Amino acid sequence: MSIETKSASVIIVGGGIVACATAYNLAKRGMNDVIVLEKAEIGNGGSCRNAGGVRQSARDVRELPLAMYAVGKIWPTLSDELGCDVEYVQKGNLRLGLTEAHRKTLEAHVAKSTRVGLEVEMIEGDDARAICPAMSEEVLCASWCPTDGHANPLKTTLAFYQRALQMGVTFVTGVTVTGLRKVRGRVRYVDTDDGTYEADQVLLCAGYESQGIAETVGVEIPVVPRRNEVLVTEMCPHLFDVMIGVAGGEFYGGQTEHGSFVMGGNNGLEAFCSEHHDRFSTDSITAPSIARGILKYFPALEGVKIIRTWAGYYDACADVVPVIDAIPEAPGLVCAFGFSGHGFGIAPATGLALSEILLDGASHTIDVSALTYDRFAAKG
Amino acid sequence: MAKIIRRAPETAFVPQPDDDLIICRCEEVTKGDIRRVVHAGLSTTNEVKRWLRCGMGLCQGQTCQRNFQGIIARELGVSPADIGRITGRSPVRPATITTFAHEVTEQKEA
Repeated sequence: MSIETKSASVIIVGGGIVACATAYNLAKRGMNDVIVLEKAEIGNGGSCRNAGGVRQSARDVRELPLAMYAVGKIWPTLSDELGCDVEYVQKGNLRLGLTEAHRKTLEAHVAKSTRVGLEVEMIEGDDARAICPAMSEEVLCASWCPTDGHANPLKTTLAFYQRALQMGVTFVTGVTVTGLRKVRGRVRYVDTDDGTYEADQVLLCAGYESQGIAETVGVEIPVVPRRNEVLVTEMCPHLFDVMIGVAGGEFYGGQTEHGSFVMGGNNGLEAFCSEHHDRFSTDSITAPSIARGILKYFPALEGVKIIRTWAGYYDACADVVPVIDAIPEAPGLVCAFGFSGHGFGIAPATGLALSEILLDGASHTIDVSALTYDRFAAKG
Repeated sequence: MAKIIRRAPETAFVPQPDDDLIICRCEEVTKGDIRRVVHAGLSTTNEVKRWLRCGMGLCQGQTCQRNFQGIIARELGVSPADIGRITGRSPVRPATITTFAHEVTEQKEA
């Protein structure tokens, strides 16, 4: 099987970090008869359009096994493994609260995560300011997870890609998948604007664009695109290493190794704004909204210059965790989408889990049993 | 974006005498840096930017983007139009977080 005959053991639809990490894990197990089909370029969606959080705290417990495995077993040595500095920094995550209502929200997250074994605690404002000195006196409390961190999503995505490429995986970009087709009950054909490709198994991990492709073989998963924007500042002297989140949701982000602050958020009106998914265009109201959020918590950054802003869309799932599952009604198809804006940090573990689903029929190292495709129920 | 098939490089990287030429002044990226990553498999203007940071500095690629897009295209033997441009980003000139934050009030006062 080969690119000349447009056939492979595994075809991966989508060229983001989930695709690249899965391709790498498959190749590591000796399976490099893999073709990755990508519409635009490698890492063009949420993979390169996120703030780089590698976070376990405040996650839904259903995806926490992926986050805890990634942080415990993969991220600490990932730069060595991929032969590239992915700028992983494990200096903790502070999730800040300004009000008593925020404190309640944070306490609920801490209680849920602690029950499943995550080391995370509530701390007071002064303790948070001791960890992150530039912070406003207004900060009342925070959740603190010292094993959280951040990494460079561009480097990580493209490092997985380059390793998979070196190990024999074929990537084809500039090809749009239009649908899947079954042969004798099994998913086998991948139709594209470059003709039909053929595979024993298909992994669909194309973000929100997966939905329409899955529907061509009758699989319906509730996912919609949702925009976030990020602003990037000029290089600044080192201020802090922690990743910051806020209970009020005004912004999130941190300072990169390069020195710029990379901070993202949304304007709260996205569901009603015009959408230009292919252009990834920013609007006039989101960056100011993020800027106001930053100043509320970090007034010391008032004179720092913003040098660019950008937008990305995440694949928001109805219950805010992804589907990572083989589909019994469409044998040969594995789905992995709906990461809902927090897929980057878990992606190295997601790649491992998906490689086991494809090669062994199930993810045996990491428990992904709560992320099934058939968990959604209509009301009534 | 044109269709590009990417496979592991079959030949070794061949250095050129002017590989130390600085192409992106803001982030100090050389011609050799760019040629080397294209050889390793990065195949579009944006991918090279995301890996090396060329075009991500203070000028946002306003001086270097045509040059490094041309280098990538030459290495791949394709037209610059086939590998895309880096995306133009707001703001055109750097502006402080405070300026952004107060955009509504400043407008009203004016």
